[in-house]
Amino acid sequence: MRIVVCVKQIIDPELAASQFKIDPAFKRQRPNGHPLVISPYDENALEVALKLREKTGGTVAVLSAGEPSAISALRKGLAMGADEAALISDPALDGSDAFGLAAALARGIQKLGTPDLVLCGCESGDWADRTVGPILAEALKIACVSFVAQVDAQDGRLRMRRVVEEGYEIWEGAPPLLLTILSHESNVPRYPKVKDIMTASRRSIPTWSVADLGVETGGMGEAAIRTEVEQLTLPSRESRCELLDGEPSQQVATLITKLRERKAI
Amino acid sequence: MPGIFVLGRVENGVPSRSTLELLTGAKRLAGGLQEGVSVGLLGSGDAASLYRYGVEVVYRANDPLLKEYQADLYLLALQRIAETAGPRVLLLPGDSLGRDLSARLAFRLKAGVVTDVIEIDVEGSKKIPRFTRPAYGGKAAAVIVPKRFPVVVTVKPRTFDPAGPSGQGQGTEVPVEVSLNPAQARIRMVERVQEETTGVKLEDARAVISGGRGLGGPEGFTLLVELARVLKGAVGASRAATDAGWVPSSMQVGQTGKTVSPDVYIAVGISGATQHVAGISGAKTIVAINADPEAPIFKVAHLGIVGDYKTILPPLIAKCRELMGS
Repeated sequence: MRIVVCVKQIIDPELAASQFKIDPAFKRQRPNGHPLVISPYDENALEVALKLREKTGGTVAVLSAGEPSAISALRKGLAMGADEAALISDPALDGSDAFGLAAALARGIQKLGTPDLVLCGCESGDWADRTVGPILAEALKIACVSFVAQVDAQDGRLRMRRVVEEGYEIWEGAPPLLLTILSHESNVPRYPKVKDIMTASRRSIPTWSVADLGVETGGMGEAAIRTEVEQLTLPSRESRCELLDGEPSQQVATLITKLRERKAI
Repeated sequence: MPGIFVLGRVENGVPSRSTLELLTGAKRLAGGLQEGVSVGLLGSGDAASLYRYGVEVVYRANDPLLKEYQADLYLLALQRIAETAGPRVLLLPGDSLGRDLSARLAFRLKAGVVTDVIEIDVEGSKKIPRFTRPAYGGKAAAVIVPKRFPVVVTVKPRTFDPAGPSGQGQGTEVPVEVSLNPAQARIRMVERVQEETTGVKLEDARAVISGGRGLGGPEGFTLLVELARVLKGAVGASRAATDAGWVPSSMQVGQTGKTVSPDVYIAVGISGATQHVAGISGAKTIVAINADPEAPIFKVAHLGIVGDYKTILPPLIAKCRELMGS
């Protein structure tokens, strides 16, 4: 099976709230030199791809659309075991919405070669719109299963466990498919070995411009956005935690009193 | 044609709670934009039950293949309905169905899309709808405005109170021809498994007791279940606990799980990752019990106990039992 995993590089989402600052001009988080990481569920998606390759053979490619810095996310993907990587980076993409990004990713995927399976994280760790994956499926004219925790391949068909509110659903289908992946005990991302990190650091990764993809920039960039972030604000939700001291019995007694004062119980 | 559309569901002659919640949001938009409200139904739900909530038109696609959820067929039917209804704003529930369909519907309608909305208002003079949604795991709030219409919007469950009756109580039903065939389903749902535990639903509970990695294993949840029973609440879990397979994923509270808004939320052995905290911002009082004084959960909690939950929960359960007189 040929698998393409789309990864997004984001500012570490577990950054302490006190360090979280907004850039009012761009209406997004101010990078401030904070660590950049692969968006968490995208790593789960890569793990699913690597496990499927172990079972069925084939290749795994990682693809990203973003800033030139996203090369480091792709290197990590290679170090984890992907066979191939490519970056789509072009000022024409700046300010794109999900539709613009999906259009670019769709062409990037076709340039890598027609895949059997495209995997994305179920949501990004920053905006969590959950839109790029499903839109990408439409752009590629393939079916999509969202919030997939487990995938099994058998006799050329795929069986997916999709998590819903009340439990889960089992879906079946034949490739090509796009799946958005949720974390699960079966897809905990592997740690790359030092040797593989070294090898990956020497690999050359192609960076494609929009022109390289042979596509019009019409649907991309800020000019084409369908919705606009008008305002981005920090809610004033800074609660000061009152720590309850003493022996457990005392802590519990104080807790009960406080909860009753607050009419919480 | 009404400018505001709601994807609805009617079961046994009664509109679902999520439909009534969306109708509250729809009426707010309808008021500000001076538009009417329509509802789309997939299947045979009773249209008349919607008219007394101020719904003017019900568009219905009725096809035996819409009996159970099949994404490709639902998407086709919904697309046909939306094309017939021609609204400016389409409201979908922010549940697993809305999450599955909204972005793809927007693609097909050449519409914009805004997901997980927690507030809707209309900018007075310009008549532009504004949608507020959390960003960066709830660390920030974004106001999104459409640059074009239509726009597909999913609303987070429990954002609005269910709508009450209004209007004349009369409306029109418009059948929408979809003529589906099974071959249009490229993927098929072959099984649906309910994992929901008995008792109070997480989303409805006034008290939620959640456990995380700090419990050390599935056994730790026994104490949480007991405390929940005494407080007549529900038990939740962090992603770490559901990922580890200690409890089913239907118990997960957080951005990818359930959003809860209880009077009291007790987080036991939960570190407080961004993804988890995003699901509890509606809780009135948050209590953290954690052995690690540096755990980020103490940054969002109102009351905290640093300590071993095994020594805290048994006396807490006993005290609460005394109090509740059971």
